[in-house]
Amino acid sequence: MNDTIQIPARSVGAASSDATAVLGAPPPRTTPKPFSTSLARRHPRRLESLVEKLIFLISLSAILLIFLIFAFVGRESLPVIFGRTDNTRARKPIAVADISHTPRAELALYLGLSETEFATYDVATVQTLVELKAQELAQNSNPDSRMNTTSWRMMFQPYHWFGYNKPEFIWQPVSEVPKYNIVPLIIGSLKATLVALLVSVPFGVGAAIYVSQLANPRWREWIKPAIELLSGIPSVVLGFFALIVMASILQGAFGYASRLNALVAGLALGLAVIPVVFTISEDALSSVPQSYLQAALALGASRQQAAWQVVLPAALPGVFAACVLGFGRAIGETMIVLMASGNATIVSASIFDSCRTLTATIAAELAEVVFGGDHYRILFLLGTLLFAVTFVSNLIGDVVVHRLKTRLEGKG
Amino acid sequence: MKMDIVKAVAVVAAAAVVTSAAYAANVTVKGSDTMVILGQKWAEVYMQKNGGTTVQVTGGGSGTGIAALLNGSTDICDASRPMKASEIADFVKKNKVRPHEYKMCLDALSVYVNKENPIEKLSFPQLEAIFTGKVTNWKEVGGPDAPISLYGRENSSGTYEFFKEHVLNKKDFAAATKTMPGTAAVIQGVAKDANGIGYGGIAYGEGVKALKISKTNDGEAIEPIETNVLSGKYPITRYLFNYVSPMVDSGAVADYITWCLSDEGQAVVKDVGYFPLPKNLR
Amino acid sequence: MTLRRKTLDWSGLAFTAGTGAATFMILLMLAIILGNIIWNGAAQMSLRFIFGGTSEGMFDPQRAGIFPMIFGTAALVFLMTIGVVPVGVATAIYLNEYARKQSTLTRVIRAAINNLAGVPSIVFGLFGLGFFVQFVGGGIDRLLFNGHLHYAKPALVWAAATMAALTLPVMIVATEEALRAVPHGLREASLALGATKLETVFKVVLPQALPGILTGAILAIGRGAGEVAPIMFTGVAYYLAHLPKGVTDQFMHLGYHVFVLSTQSPDIERTKPILFGTVLVLLVLTFLLNLSAVLVRARLRAGRVAG
Repeated sequence: MNDTIQIPARSVGAASSDATAVLGAPPPRTTPKPFSTSLARRHPRRLESLVEKLIFLISLSAILLIFLIFAFVGRESLPVIFGRTDNTRARKPIAVADISHTPRAELALYLGLSETEFATYDVATVQTLVELKAQELAQNSNPDSRMNTTSWRMMFQPYHWFGYNKPEFIWQPVSEVPKYNIVPLIIGSLKATLVALLVSVPFGVGAAIYVSQLANPRWREWIKPAIELLSGIPSVVLGFFALIVMASILQGAFGYASRLNALVAGLALGLAVIPVVFTISEDALSSVPQSYLQAALALGASRQQAAWQVVLPAALPGVFAACVLGFGRAIGETMIVLMASGNATIVSASIFDSCRTLTATIAAELAEVVFGGDHYRILFLLGTLLFAVTFVSNLIGDVVVHRLKTRLEGKG
Repeated sequence: MKMDIVKAVAVVAAAAVVTSAAYAANVTVKGSDTMVILGQKWAEVYMQKNGGTTVQVTGGGSGTGIAALLNGSTDICDASRPMKASEIADFVKKNKVRPHEYKMCLDALSVYVNKENPIEKLSFPQLEAIFTGKVTNWKEVGGPDAPISLYGRENSSGTYEFFKEHVLNKKDFAAATKTMPGTAAVIQGVAKDANGIGYGGIAYGEGVKALKISKTNDGEAIEPIETNVLSGKYPITRYLFNYVSPMVDSGAVADYITWCLSDEGQAVVKDVGYFPLPKNLR
Repeated sequence: MTLRRKTLDWSGLAFTAGTGAATFMILLMLAIILGNIIWNGAAQMSLRFIFGGTSEGMFDPQRAGIFPMIFGTAALVFLMTIGVVPVGVATAIYLNEYARKQSTLTRVIRAAINNLAGVPSIVFGLFGLGFFVQFVGGGIDRLLFNGHLHYAKPALVWAAATMAALTLPVMIVATEEALRAVPHGLREASLALGATKLETVFKVVLPQALPGILTGAILAIGRGAGEVAPIMFTGVAYYLAHLPKGVTDQFMHLGYHVFVLSTQSPDIERTKPILFGTVLVLLVLTFLLNLSAVLVRARLRAGRVAG
């Protein structure tokens, strides 16, 4: 049986032309408009990959910045770190009349110049410099001028300076004999930060527990932004508030001698740090899987028991990270402590005494230093120290949060 | 529309770069916080009279001004202390010449205590003992039995340097001194602290008591008022200086300094609370 | 643990009361600070104060004006935004659209961003001084101006660059959040229609993420307007006779003026009104910025949930 279906070719053609007649002409083909008409028409992929490479390079900027900060802040402090600075000042002055008798190399060393620099000066300038150097040395009758006060030993260990009663930790960079001990500054920073943490951790974590576990969910909607509003207050305003308002009130309440001290500065710092601790703790507490909470409630626990015994321990790494980041923020804060801590460089355990922090020292003294001098380098050393401390504390916080996330996601 | 925004931003940025390269007659003054109010008043009055020149005044401390002079980032350096030999040497090393020094006016440093403190006078030896921390209780100098609370300036301040050199005989301030960023902060500290003692320019003394000072323990105690300062009897007086690099000491800068030393300029000095330079020194 | 409901759960109540009190105290402190500033500063508000200059007397409450400080803050923030928005958006685009999620480079970039967020502001000041003012500025002077001092000194442009570095993490995080919120379906649809990846990013994803990017910029501006420590050595000044005319001029700043008035004014009692007035203006500015960022973000979230 030759029952092959004969599809007349004409009807196919007719069908398609029928289709055209029925459906109308197909819509004009629209390609998306190329990114750039000329270059893209010739090399559509080249321009795009160029732009993408550019985006990639720009995105490396964060790494570049961290590296640059470390490099440029550390670079200025390298001579001190490696012990290559020497500020001993006791030398016998060379009289102006003796200039012609003194060998050039010795004169250059005496004036603190390299030989090439020395060669560029004419006789009159050299004479002036020798006169000035004689003046400078005559003003120095202190026996301690024979020491190099920028050595590591001087920066960390107490020393019995001339004119003092006993060995002490002294930071006094503007003096006949500059004293660069940084122990009072480190203790000052730690004291203010400790007070700040003692204030911010209980309040921040307590509020986080309340807001995420115990409060009416509708309240959460506006309590959270309200506390984040606190983080929007600039630190200079908090410092001003502490200086003008809080200091007097606290002095009236406690009756201590120094109006500006570690307590005032620490309280204001605590106010600045509370939003950090609160936000991160609250995030950690809210990320604990609901199943934990529901299981506890199903077993008969009250909301408070569930919060305290189940949710909080599960979120503990996040809360810990919040505290570590709060510590980093507190130790790096400048304006509040500059205005409210009293800035006295003493080593004392009492929080009712004035203290001076590393950050306030840099802010207060950087303006006066001669660029490239010893004081300048030591201030940059303080900056490097601060950078290292916050870098490490951030790293710890990040690692802990990362581990918490993977743990909760793995189990939940 | 995006291209328009990009073009507008580019034009603004280009204009900014171009205008920054064009400089009008501009005098920069940097340095002493003691002198910053005087400097600002001088600038205001001078600019009202001479519209062509603009004068910029920034504070930061005498040390800041001297550092800026060395770095070349200021024309005039305000200083409430003379430049140290080592600083002049640094300047000479860079520029081969000494900086020009101009005495601008007189100032006196007062020692302030709280208004409730019964003490009326102190001598130099007593001040030295108090501020270096050897004497720590008011009763040792005739006051009530209370610990002494010290207020001072930051070490970038010329006021700090001057007090240290002339009253403390170059000894260090006690470590327990609360260092304040400005004389007004010192005054405020002393005003609110019944046991406080501080020092600062004579022009600032609102709300505190200024002590009479004697050079020796049994000498005559002189009050810090104008007649005593101008006659030279008050022992803690100092000159306030302007330092200028010889390379820029001409034209607008020189005119400005000359005006400040003229009768008109010195009248402004009186308004601010300092003391005009005696005529023979101008 | 028993099921007794007859007696009150004292410890539970105490716990709730304790944590609730902590929350309340924080909000109370916030209210006290804001209330005190508004109470003391409102009296100083006047058109003359906001638009007047410092030529009449910087320390006289009757004649002081803070317009130069407002202008300086605005100029700083404007330049900073020009710097931080492109870099932040580009970094976020790379991290969210192009980078492989678990590669080491991505982790290093993210670690760098987190660390940048934690660097103390004064260290940024040191960085600005050492890198921008001395290195970059000195280099420009040597190359273009034959060593004459034009750029190697504190200036508006260097302060803006330092603030851009400081606010970069804020911008990146906010932009990434916005990019993540764009539904994947949109990207896939665009690619299916034949667009390249770059075209998809620039013509589909970015326009959708624009509100979030705006939020990021506003937050960065809010942060930038308030920080004082980084600009102290890179460009701000105590008193200037005129507004900054070019990017190499110094400028006055609201936050720095608060610092100056708190510590260096000649008569603290007399200048207190000016101080409170300036603080109020600064606070209103930062709060308006933060509030608008929150509102934009809330509208964005609501829009996404509904549509």
